[in-house]
Amino acid sequence: MLAASKYAPVVLLFVIALAIPVLMIGIATIVGPRRLGVKKKVPFECGTEPIGDTRKRFSVRFFLVALLFIVFDVEAVFIFPWAVLFRQLGLFGFIEMAVFLFILILGLVYVWKKGALEWE
Amino acid sequence: MERLADYIVYNLPFLQQIPRVIVDLIIMLFFATCMLLFWVALFAGITSWVERRVAGRIQSRIGPNRVGPQGFLQWIADGLKCFLKEDFVPAAADKKLFLLAPYIVFAGMFAVFVVVPFGDGLIISNLNIGIFYVLAISSLVVVGILMSGWSSNNKWSLLGGMRSAAQIVSYEIPVSLAILPVILLTGSLGMQDIIRAQGPYPWQWFAFHNPFTFIAFFIFFIGALAEGNRTPFDIPEAESELVAGYNTEYSGMRFVFFFFAEWANLYIIAALTVTLFLGGWNTPAHLYTNLFGLLHRSVDVAGTFVFILKSLFLVFVIIWIRWTLPRLRVDQMMDVCWKYFVPFSFANIVGTIIWMVLADAAPVLGYVRYILFVVGLMVPLAIAMKITRNFRLAKSEIHLNPFI
Repeated sequence: MLAASKYAPVVLLFVIALAIPVLMIGIATIVGPRRLGVKKKVPFECGTEPIGDTRKRFSVRFFLVALLFIVFDVEAVFIFPWAVLFRQLGLFGFIEMAVFLFILILGLVYVWKKGALEWE
Repeated sequence: MERLADYIVYNLPFLQQIPRVIVDLIIMLFFATCMLLFWVALFAGITSWVERRVAGRIQSRIGPNRVGPQGFLQWIADGLKCFLKEDFVPAAADKKLFLLAPYIVFAGMFAVFVVVPFGDGLIISNLNIGIFYVLAISSLVVVGILMSGWSSNNKWSLLGGMRSAAQIVSYEIPVSLAILPVILLTGSLGMQDIIRAQGPYPWQWFAFHNPFTFIAFFIFFIGALAEGNRTPFDIPEAESELVAGYNTEYSGMRFVFFFFAEWANLYIIAALTVTLFLGGWNTPAHLYTNLFGLLHRSVDVAGTFVFILKSLFLVFVIIWIRWTLPRLRVDQMMDVCWKYFVPFSFANIVGTIIWMVLADAAPVLGYVRYILFVVGLMVPLAIAMKITRNFRLAKSEIHLNPFI
């Protein structure tokens, strides 16, 4: 089989995965009732009038987590190809990756000591 | 898939006149559609019923038992009901993002099924980047969840979406690092290669291969639970504080698709764990040919059966965990991830490398897997003993019949 056609199912499945919800939500919109009202459109806040605006400043913790994720996930991506070829790369690959992992773990220790992992 | 396609083309000669690529694509389309309609949809629906029944039994009540025998058709009734619900967008919501979010969540979850194996040769496409593809595609779900949380213009949705995103991206790291020992041992990212590197008997599974994969198995499973927003990591949808989390404002079919994705994810977690650590579809060879020799080798019935059985058992375990354990606090959850799982996963990688080098030099280490298998066997035994002990102490009646 062609290399490209190995990835054809990925596209195909995405198309199906989009077509099915479009179809079903489409049917639901036709079948379902439409009774609009002013009160109905108010965002749910336990039945009371919403207090203040939702779109305001948010805890910076979440941003920090996202940053940490990008750092560590990209590093993890680098480890994957090495892990596949570990046997062929031999000692050289091992030492290279040991240095890489050492720096990465050093980064984790730094982040830890800085208190970025604490969630108050 | 190739072998299945070979088999079909071999038996239906008229297909041989059509270019093979087109035949392959048609078979794939057929298989994929069948899988969505008859496996994912059925699984998601039936599991929603099973979970409610199991929850009922665990909480000493009955659970849904009105629609159909034992309430079995409850999920169809629920689905039909959601068809008839109004599909509306709250005021001041970001309409485009709000409407788009369920599609992204569903597509991200469903596209993973490209590489989820069902048996020897039964996989939509055996990509050589298999498990890596899963990690990449399942990240789409985070985007969808953030979109739904932010666009709803609802405080509960926003909090739920943010928490969910923070949790999923955090646990992504220990999960991907816990996969690495398996890849080191296999030398391939393909799902079928990973399964082939294991064997039919439990002590040949990667979970018991060495102490580091044993730890990695637990990190992976727990991390996957957190990624699927399952209890004990369900702070994003904590009913007691956040109403329903990121899907609070959704109604009707859009709401269904969020849950569809959640149930489908349950199967994905189980199937991935089985693939990576619990031997996948491997069955003893003689069973394969003697008992199920009725069919062509391209359709591995015994293997598929074993694989699905293992997966369904894990799904049951996940449900069981959900209704047993209380919810973690958000700081505890982050601590578990960053202070325990991530360092342990790094140690696992280094440990696995050292183990591989040592095992090359001293083959005696190969026997460690038997010891680990016995240790692993102790866990369910200990749980069973604890349960019987609790029953004895409580002097409660035991109803073994699940149907009342």
